[in-house]
Amino acid sequence: MLLELKNVSYTYNKDTSFAVNALENINLQISEGEFVGVIGHTGSGKSTLIQHFNGLMKPTDGQVLYMGEDIWQEKYDLQALRSGVGLVFQYPENQLFETDVLTDVMFGPKNQKLSPEECRERAVNALRRVGLKDKYFTASPFDLSGGQKRRVAIAGVLAMNPKVLILDEPTAGLDPHGRDEILGQIRKLRDEMGITIILVSHSMEDVAEYADRLIVVNDGKIAFDDTPKAVFAHYKELEAMGLAAPQITYLMHELKERGLDVDINAVTVSEAKKSIEKALAGRKKH
Amino acid sequence: MLREITIGQYYPADSILHKLDPRVKFLGTIVYIVSLFLVKGFAGYALATVWLAALIILSKVPFKFMVKGMRTIFFVLIITMLFNLFLTPGETIWSFWILKVSKEGIIQAVRMGIRLTYLVIGSSLMTLTTTPNQLTDAMESLFSPLKVVHAPVHEISMMMSIALRFIPILMEETDKIMKAQIARGADFESGNFINRIRNMVPLLVPLFISAFRRANDLALAMEARCYHGGEGRTQMKPLHYAGRDYVAFVLLAAFLAACIVLHIFGGGWI
Repeated sequence: MLLELKNVSYTYNKDTSFAVNALENINLQISEGEFVGVIGHTGSGKSTLIQHFNGLMKPTDGQVLYMGEDIWQEKYDLQALRSGVGLVFQYPENQLFETDVLTDVMFGPKNQKLSPEECRERAVNALRRVGLKDKYFTASPFDLSGGQKRRVAIAGVLAMNPKVLILDEPTAGLDPHGRDEILGQIRKLRDEMGITIILVSHSMEDVAEYADRLIVVNDGKIAFDDTPKAVFAHYKELEAMGLAAPQITYLMHELKERGLDVDINAVTVSEAKKSIEKALAGRKKH
Repeated sequence: MLREITIGQYYPADSILHKLDPRVKFLGTIVYIVSLFLVKGFAGYALATVWLAALIILSKVPFKFMVKGMRTIFFVLIITMLFNLFLTPGETIWSFWILKVSKEGIIQAVRMGIRLTYLVIGSSLMTLTTTPNQLTDAMESLFSPLKVVHAPVHEISMMMSIALRFIPILMEETDKIMKAQIARGADFESGNFINRIRNMVPLLVPLFISAFRRANDLALAMEARCYHGGEGRTQMKPLHYAGRDYVAFVLLAAFLAACIVLHIFGGGWI
């Protein structure tokens, strides 16, 4: 098992009158090569949850295990853990600081004490993986567009060669085109390099399209942990949590109710299209 | 990481001290600080203690909170007391090598300790019960006579309230950037002094950039709402003295008078 959370609880401001339970008794296992989507409304505890994966937050109760080892045991190398579990925060472009793109991406590998040549090679590879053109490598990160900055920031984490890549809303504030490109490249990282992906998102459409497992966090607890199809079948319960199923789910349910024999479990537009076409073709025969 | 700083923090509660006009609290704090340096003798400090204790009870703020604020100045307090203890000339009681402790030194150290502690608790009592905005409004109102000599009273108070407003935002931002850089393997805790400063660059550059961006956005938002300085500007919640404020002023005057009396006639062993 790559990552495992055992009975993890986290309380903000413990032992004061402001105490807030952000996580309550979370049990979770993530295996190599998975593409996991994490959804939950604002304040549900999902940001707190992902910061437990790379040891930025210490659980007030319970254990976090990486490759079977408790990360909070004495003398555990947290630095090595953070190389293995890369975390890209929300609006990661706000962390850029170097004078040019390449040097900024080299920050992570440099902290891993790699040789300058190796740092450079890693940085160039990472930048190409996120689809940034070579001509921007020497530009100042502050002269780039929003989407390009985002790519540079993601490359900054990717250059550390993580086994797991956690992304907190990597597409927030991007246009639809930029969103599809970034998510496509993230999928490629999983498919081609076998990197385990944990994607936090607000967009049901995105997680339905890309993730093969979906974790719904509500009030610091895991409400659902299943395939996106199985989770979205509970769309009424999701609504009660302030979330919603993809719009296509609503359309399919409506069509079914009105008598068209479609598959109500279709969660992506292309699946829905196929199902509707099949249903329409079936109807013409009669 | 940065949540521990409590000095200057507001603690919401429903108490008479919270409801008091901020101008009264501001003047009251100044009077209290002056009185701490005015009073002499056991009776004087007893009076200051009773006054402070009464206010703490009235404020409904947990005492633990004020002590927390003390932690930040603990070091300064100890150093001040040590200097007073060893460097006050007088009747030597105990000496070792070049260090001499005099009777006057002990008295002076105890006096400074009490003064500093009360001063910090007294002023944090004001910030704990007054929102930063109320406080700057009070200062603007109290210093408005200075406008006659063309002092930019409104501008200064506006800058103060903006600065105070942005402290928690920038703290949160620092926390966020710090975590992001730690996730990229940055190390803010080890190494020697020079290295530590150098390691701050990945934190400070993004922080400055974000502060400038916020300042820009704020200026634009203010201009979009026709902000043009203090001339003819009215307030959403103008300050008005209520009955309780006059009562507070009378009590304050009585306290100050008592302190002056003790200053003239007081004595005793402190």
